[in-house]
Amino acid sequence: MRYVDEYRDPELAKGVAARIAAEVDAARHYRFMEFCGGHTHAISRYGVEDMLPRNVAMIHGPGCPVCVLPVGRIDDAIRLASDPRVTLCTYADLMRVPASRGASLLKARAAGADIRMVYSTLDALRIAEAEPEREVVFLAIGFETTTPPTALAIKQAKAKALRNFSVFCNHVLTPVAMRAILAGESDEATALDGIVGPAHVSTVIGARPYEFVANEYGKPVVISGFEPLDVMQSILMLVRQINEGRCAVENQYVRAVTHDGNARAQREMDDVFELQESFEWRGLGMVPHSALRLAEAFAAFDAEKRFGIHTVAAADNPACECGAILRGAKKPTDCKLFGTLCSPETPMGSCMVSSEGSCAAHYAYGRFRDRSRARMERAAS
Amino acid sequence: MCLAIPAQVMELLGDGMARIDMGGVSKAISVALVDDVAVGDFVVVHVGYALSRIDADEAERTLALLREAAAMETPS
Repeated sequence: MRYVDEYRDPELAKGVAARIAAEVDAARHYRFMEFCGGHTHAISRYGVEDMLPRNVAMIHGPGCPVCVLPVGRIDDAIRLASDPRVTLCTYADLMRVPASRGASLLKARAAGADIRMVYSTLDALRIAEAEPEREVVFLAIGFETTTPPTALAIKQAKAKALRNFSVFCNHVLTPVAMRAILAGESDEATALDGIVGPAHVSTVIGARPYEFVANEYGKPVVISGFEPLDVMQSILMLVRQINEGRCAVENQYVRAVTHDGNARAQREMDDVFELQESFEWRGLGMVPHSALRLAEAFAAFDAEKRFGIHTVAAADNPACECGAILRGAKKPTDCKLFGTLCSPETPMGSCMVSSEGSCAAHYAYGRFRDRSRARMERAAS
Repeated sequence: MCLAIPAQVMELLGDGMARIDMGGVSKAISVALVDDVAVGDFVVVHVGYALSRIDADEAERTLALLREAAAMETPS
């Protein structure tokens, strides 16, 4: 496939890895956070970590929309779907996320709730048009990548005067979460040295919103594509910035991301949504101005108003380390449930559900490399 | 959810929609968020919507930089 295969060339990857190894300063450590779950997945899947020098560590960030959605909101969605009038449309990733008391959307569907997995907001609109007797609710989640598609669907519903379509909005904002992570750093030893910036979020918002990371926190950001060679080149760019004592927002993913982003998509978001005062994130707690809700002009399509939803905060499984993993404070293998009680087949925490979740990525790819690395080290000693 | 894939626009269907090819899979998606999409363009597609066009020249420049980094002599 064009624009995919050439960025997965193993020979080129070896060359770039050698370049990183040649340029790192052996006397220091480099701690980089890949904010986005898409990068977490790519790093695990292609073994990027194994190609990096020992003093370069990748810390997984909170950029997995399924992972950061708090239990209380999934409980709301399950309650909504249990209303016999309601057809709940959702992206497939959410189906298996554990909610309170062992519930999930998948189990609710098995118990008779009308829950349908859709590929696109357009599918949810089509269902609402085809089945006027059903109350069709779209469960909207995600960062700035999935927000413009939700905005367009709401505008279309208004244009078509669809009275049986509404949106349960959980859209969240990347720069605000990034600030929460940086503001929460307390320990010099675990402080981040730089951030690998999201690929597709940045196609929408551009490079500009990350400037505060360089200006206020003095850390470099490199916006990166999702292919393994993109990630490796971004790591090299971060290493060079640090070695040269610079901190700037650089863009490795120039083939799809511009400085100002997609103005049209931004306009759609501004038209349809407004900031919420505060929103709960798994791992970060309540974060002010970090999420969106439907603006007054579109209030008729707000499922929370239509169905009187009042979210009750619910506790995560106390044994689950998802919260600390999402903050970058712990690794999947630091959780005692990892790979035993908690696996992709029987997830206890949200990070084990989506392929972008740190735990799911490590379970699928990383743990085998952990084993072979341990074997090699034993053989060498 | 965020793993969008590059896709080629094969046919404009009107009404902000286009038929694309993703590695042999054909699908109708919305191109309402990207201005002036033309047949032959490569776009980043995400949950059924094109989010941005892929710039062929920039893609080539990125590869050239990668090749350059990979081929550089180790500083002695």
